[in-house]
Amino acid sequence: MVSYSRALKNVLREEAFYFFTSIGNYTGQSASSLDEFLQKIKDVDIKSLEFHLFREDFEKWIALTLGDNKLADEIKNLRAQKVVGNALRDRLYFIVSRRLKELKGASASTSAPVPKERSQLAVL
Amino acid sequence: MKSKGQEGSLDELDRQILAFLQEDAKLTYSEIGNRLSVAHSTVYDRIQKMEEHGFIKKYEALVDLEKIGIPLLTAQMNITIDPKEAENIARKLAKSGQVLEVSTSFSEEFVILAKVVAKDQAQLHSFIAKSIAPIPGVLRIRTAIVTKKYKEERFSLALKENASKKRE
Repeated sequence: MVSYSRALKNVLREEAFYFFTSIGNYTGQSASSLDEFLQKIKDVDIKSLEFHLFREDFEKWIALTLGDNKLADEIKNLRAQKVVGNALRDRLYFIVSRRLKELKGASASTSAPVPKERSQLAVL
Repeated sequence: MKSKGQEGSLDELDRQILAFLQEDAKLTYSEIGNRLSVAHSTVYDRIQKMEEHGFIKKYEALVDLEKIGIPLLTAQMNITIDPKEAENIARKLAKSGQVLEVSTSFSEEFVILAKVVAKDQAQLHSFIAKSIAPIPGVLRIRTAIVTKKYKEERFSLALKENASKKRE
């Protein structure tokens, strides 16, 4: 099960995602959170999205650093479909924004005050 | 040799000895002495003084890593940086064993030029992504992987001597 707070947190500079267009060629764009990652999907060079998707970098960062295996699996499926170009940007943006909304919604509902009986159920 | 510090403080004989040592550091004092028509003890004294004063930094073997089974990939990095962070970035790079050369340069933008080695492309990328891109002040990185070397030498004093003689 995903930890909503972990998936939505800002990670350390060393753990951020750094966008490259090819081996060793850093674009200057990075993302320290899923929110920031979503914004960068819109702006970053399309070559960078293709490069990282092919190398499985997105799914590894999302699973290992943000701890969100569900989103990592969705991106893995996208990779399997061999989507490229602007279609890739659009699909990736859609997948990540949908998941972000889901996480934020879940996070808000878990952090809201709940009756005692419900909170005990959640623990069980 | 007159004093330490400046190139000008070496005399012609010192420079000739250095030129021979640059070509082959294993030459004996006698061999150098014979070529320059001076006593081997003179060569010995001159070399001792040049070592003491730091004109000769060290003697090393140029190892062919590929032949001994350690093929390394070499890459040249051009790192665009925030000038305010230049010193900090250059020092951090210089500390890494994978980075062989670091220098700063300025053209249209402030850049650091660095020569880096890695086991393979995956390790090169991982090193740049995890150790260089996160350094504060790094704005962009362009990396060119060396595919074939046509020449790799250090500046030779013998060349300088030849050039000087031609001008005369």
